[in-house]
Amino acid sequence: MSTTITSGVDATAPPAVRPTRPDRRQRWSRRAPLLPALVFAIVVTQLPFLFTVYLSTQSWNALRPGSREFIGLANYATVLSDARLRAALVNTVVLTASSVLVSVLLGLGLAILLDRRFPGRGIVRTLLITPFLVMPMAAALLWKHAIYNPSYGLINGIFGGNTDWVSQYPMVSVVAALVWQWTPFMMLIILAGLQSQSLETLEAARVDGAGPWQTFTRITLPYLRPYLELGALLGSIYLVQTFDAVFTITQGGPGRATTNLPYEIYLTTFRKFEYGEAAAAGVVVVIGTILVATFALRVISSLFRMEDAR
Amino acid sequence: MTRTANPARRTAGRTDAVWTVLAWLAGLLFFLPVAWMVLTGFKREVDAASNPPSWFFTPVLDGYRQVFDRDLTPYLLNSLMASLVSTLLVLVLATPAAYALSIRPVARWRDVLFFFISTKMLPVVAALLPVYLLVQNLGMLDNVWTLIVLYTAMNLPIAVWMMRSFLLEVPTALIEAAAMDGASLLVTIRRILLPIVAPGLAATALICFIFSWNEFFLAVNLTATRAGTSPIFLVGFITSEGLFLARLCAAATIVSLPVVLAGWIAQKQLVRGLSMGAVK
Repeated sequence: MSTTITSGVDATAPPAVRPTRPDRRQRWSRRAPLLPALVFAIVVTQLPFLFTVYLSTQSWNALRPGSREFIGLANYATVLSDARLRAALVNTVVLTASSVLVSVLLGLGLAILLDRRFPGRGIVRTLLITPFLVMPMAAALLWKHAIYNPSYGLINGIFGGNTDWVSQYPMVSVVAALVWQWTPFMMLIILAGLQSQSLETLEAARVDGAGPWQTFTRITLPYLRPYLELGALLGSIYLVQTFDAVFTITQGGPGRATTNLPYEIYLTTFRKFEYGEAAAAGVVVVIGTILVATFALRVISSLFRMEDAR
Repeated sequence: MTRTANPARRTAGRTDAVWTVLAWLAGLLFFLPVAWMVLTGFKREVDAASNPPSWFFTPVLDGYRQVFDRDLTPYLLNSLMASLVSTLLVLVLATPAAYALSIRPVARWRDVLFFFISTKMLPVVAALLPVYLLVQNLGMLDNVWTLIVLYTAMNLPIAVWMMRSFLLEVPTALIEAAAMDGASLLVTIRRILLPIVAPGLAATALICFIFSWNEFFLAVNLTATRAGTSPIFLVGFITSEGLFLARLCAAATIVSLPVVLAGWIAQKQLVRGLSMGAVK
């Protein structure tokens, strides 16, 4: 409001004065509680990246002492022309996208099942959230040995046969274990959305003669959209960094069938000790993440505005 | 409850029953691997590796005994230390920050809020090498305090977002009234803010505890035998040599138990925490 009024009298307005002393003091008193957390976050999460950028310009293999020298962008040339890194990128996208998509769909189905009153609803809800609470490392081992194992695993034990699930369907095996853990997460978020829906709207739709399917696709689903987006977004943030399941179930194999970016960079760092290349790969991944995250932040931002508007 | 032979109602009752059965089946199916883990932990190794799987057996504690014989306890204590101390640090840092982003906001609070969340999006793996080299230079490899610092940074953005959403629920009129009465900041915090946001603090603490307790990537790369946390104890089970399934399941059950119990008890707060306060 005020801006529209003052815009015409800009020329006659007095020059901007520097903030007076109490003003500045007041601003710092506002900032003070924020500073410890902000400084801590910058030091611990941002400075390492600067160091990574520096390391990425070095030719440095830790197994050859004294081999360290400045080589400019040569590591980037190696990394970007590296077929393994490209394969790892593709695997990361496949792994993240399929786990997120399947767990959102399953989560939606389960949330709908739980959005009605029935005997034992609390117990079923408790049973359903448990997979998300099991330690991911323990869950990965459980799936690898107790469920997928060809000779004594649960799947072959129940259905017969002697399929070696992990080596025949490596990506599916990893994704299935991740979906099992992340479906409860999606369910909880979507269920919260379903339960915040106003009963009056649904009742109005029913009175107007809409069938249950019509009500679902025309009213409930559009209403749930922000919740589905939020679930998918948060799930992607965590799942794109998947390490435990790959490290445990397949070790990135067979061959490189399930090697994702975190595992690939881990191998370059701690198995091949190519510090320079690992750093360059890290920088490339960070740039890629920033590109994707800018988009993701826009989604969060729009959710945010909706919250304000409410 | 009239006994009308209304066919529409009878079919409605029947579909209701179908949905109920379906919900129960889904719940049991998702729980099956966990149930199998707990059951297998009480088997003898011979029964654990049997095919077809044995559902009925005499429970034994061999698995649990062996796990503790192999010194699981120090790993559990390291996990407890890393999770509790980092959670405490996170709350101490995040609560004032959330205050400065909600009740008495700084000028560009929105940018700051998004800065925090963006640190959560950056891949940890890209920071691994510099962190490793720095920690090595400081002689802090295989030290619980290293994990504490890193877990604090890892959970800080979640906690800031969560605490902010709880603080926003405090009525501004209440705070203004306190200021009018001349209450100091500390009194305002203790008498007005704390009672209202206490459940929020508990929920935030729960989420931070869960994420630190379950963290594996940093732990496996920065610790070994001295400061190893409970997931590190499990690394030994990755190769499948010898009879070990019962022991593995016993270990997996023990290390998962604290978080499973905490999550069960605090189901209500779980949603809000996992969505960083976006979903109430």
